Amino acid sequence: MALYIARRLLGVIPVLILVAIAAFLLIHLVPGDPAMVMLGSDASPQQVQTLRMQLGLDRSLPEQFIVWLRHVLRGNLGDSFFLGRPVTQALMERLPATMQLAVLSLIFSLLIGVPAGLIAAVRQNTGWDQLVMATAIGGISVPSFWLGLAMILVFSVQLGWLPSGGYTPLWDNVWQGLRTLTLPAISLGAMQAALIARMTRSSMLEVLRQDYVRTARSKGLGHWLVLLKHALKNAMIPVITTIGTAFGVLLGGAVVVEIVFTFPGLGRLVVLAVQRRDYPLVQGALLLTSVIYVAVNLAVDLLYCVCDPRIKYE
Amino acid sequence: MVQVGETGRLGRGAITGAPVLTRRGWLAGDSPIRQVLRRLRRNRLAVTGFGLLLVILAAALLAGFLSPYDPLKMTVTDRLTGPSRTHWMGTDNFGRDILSRILYGARLSLQVGLAVMFLTTAAGIAFGMLAGYFHRLDNSIMRVMDAMMAFPAILLAIAIMAVLGPKTVNVVIALSIVYAPRTVRIVRASVLAIKELDYIEAVRAQAAGHLRILFRHLLPNALSPLVVQATFTFAYAVLAEASLSFVGAGAPPPTPSWGNILSEGRIYMQAAPWITLFPGLAIAATVLGLNLAGDGLRDVLDPRMKT
Repeated sequence: MALYIARRLLGVIPVLILVAIAAFLLIHLVPGDPAMVMLGSDASPQQVQTLRMQLGLDRSLPEQFIVWLRHVLRGNLGDSFFLGRPVTQALMERLPATMQLAVLSLIFSLLIGVPAGLIAAVRQNTGWDQLVMATAIGGISVPSFWLGLAMILVFSVQLGWLPSGGYTPLWDNVWQGLRTLTLPAISLGAMQAALIARMTRSSMLEVLRQDYVRTARSKGLGHWLVLLKHALKNAMIPVITTIGTAFGVLLGGAVVVEIVFTFPGLGRLVVLAVQRRDYPLVQGALLLTSVIYVAVNLAVDLLYCVCDPRIKYE
Repeated sequence: MVQVGETGRLGRGAITGAPVLTRRGWLAGDSPIRQVLRRLRRNRLAVTGFGLLLVILAAALLAGFLSPYDPLKMTVTDRLTGPSRTHWMGTDNFGRDILSRILYGARLSLQVGLAVMFLTTAAGIAFGMLAGYFHRLDNSIMRVMDAMMAFPAILLAIAIMAVLGPKTVNVVIALSIVYAPRTVRIVRASVLAIKELDYIEAVRAQAAGHLRILFRHLLPNALSPLVVQATFTFAYAVLAEASLSFVGAGAPPPTPSWGNILSEGRIYMQAAPWITLFPGLAIAATVLGLNLAGDGLRDVLDPRMKT
């Protein structure tokens, strides 16, 4: 297991280097002179030249990358043009809100997806199974932003139960925080809940056919004990691997959901940055979220290895 | 009684007259495409999915004939009117007919979806086969794919759109870059498994060239998961295009797209819910159709992947 962990940790390094190169090259994909594009057609040649020097565009590409990487490793992602302050500072202010939203969505999708998949597997080919699977396929087809808008209309406008927007950090006021996060978390997590339900069902069906489950039953163990202790524990192994991917999808999906709920997270900041052609901010957000995504996937893989000692690095 | 044939050339068992199955489970003597269609016809969900898709495709193709109004025409006197005989799905804040905009929006969504599906499939075949077949290229290709998959999909698409600019062709490029690595992985996995089989060894022993092995022997046998993945990529692309348009990073207005109709209607949601209701239903119906079709194809072509 130690060898697996060491190899898995080492395997992250090339991915992170390639991620950094891709994020760095983003600005260079801009057609024409990025400084000119950012400043617009009204800018004077002097302003363009100053920005070119500020961005380091007057140097060779490898030189620019090394300087940029050195800054990034020190936590310096450059300055945002429209905010007029360091990108790192702006991102760190917004990150906790998006992380809370993504984590809560993940918890919601697991709380709904796993029991639903379990019920569908245990009651295979019954009305329950059909209901769960029909809801799941509907769930993966409905766009999160549309679900969010529908929920605002029902739960905020018509019933007045939950706020339609805003954000209160959980550590400031847990109750109010949960109230502001509930609708965004459900609309963001619904699709993942549906995918987890499908995954749990198929994994559970496979496990239930295994000999050791039959042995457990023939020993006279109770139905629920066999299901929850013997079958579900093993059926969860493939589900755990999807958590890492799901977290990345939730981080990305948060961009759209944050717009619907006027949620002051990273996603809304990125959309504002895109509208204002603030490339350093877009670049910083992209790099930060992908590093988080890689870290979460690494953690999930290591957890997977702990849960299933048969896993080996190939 | 079913007999399993070695070559799959005999249609019926010589002695018993029972149908003969090839090693891959196909009925011998019948073309695989015909058998896939027969199995699909028996799958009710797949029939529903393909039926939905056909209706949406027809609506998109016939948008010019079916649209009662010009999707860009503004009629100030008709602004924010609810569904009625004259405007079946109501009008928006500029007095534009929602039904006409949805029909033209279908064209954009399906065009983007299809283009992304073809480009990702082409990239998947090219890079996936190279990575799976040539061991020396595997590591470098797959590390690049891993790095591309390390970015959250929508965020990467938004970032690419930010640098390329809001044009429909750029949406296709951005989404193809985002979704290609998934297809590359699937093709590579298939090629890795198939290239170890005896028949590939036999072809190699006959001094067949790499290109012949790749395109004549490996690709046809790696097609099943690729076709299934292509359907799901189409669904992801439709959803992602709508998301990009919704956040203002997709096709620029006034081009009607389901995402930007929804985005514009968001402000009037309480007074005119029909502006957000109908494009949302159109997106959901298209993605549902694609998911049902994808599930059906998977059950028929690659039952091991069944969820």
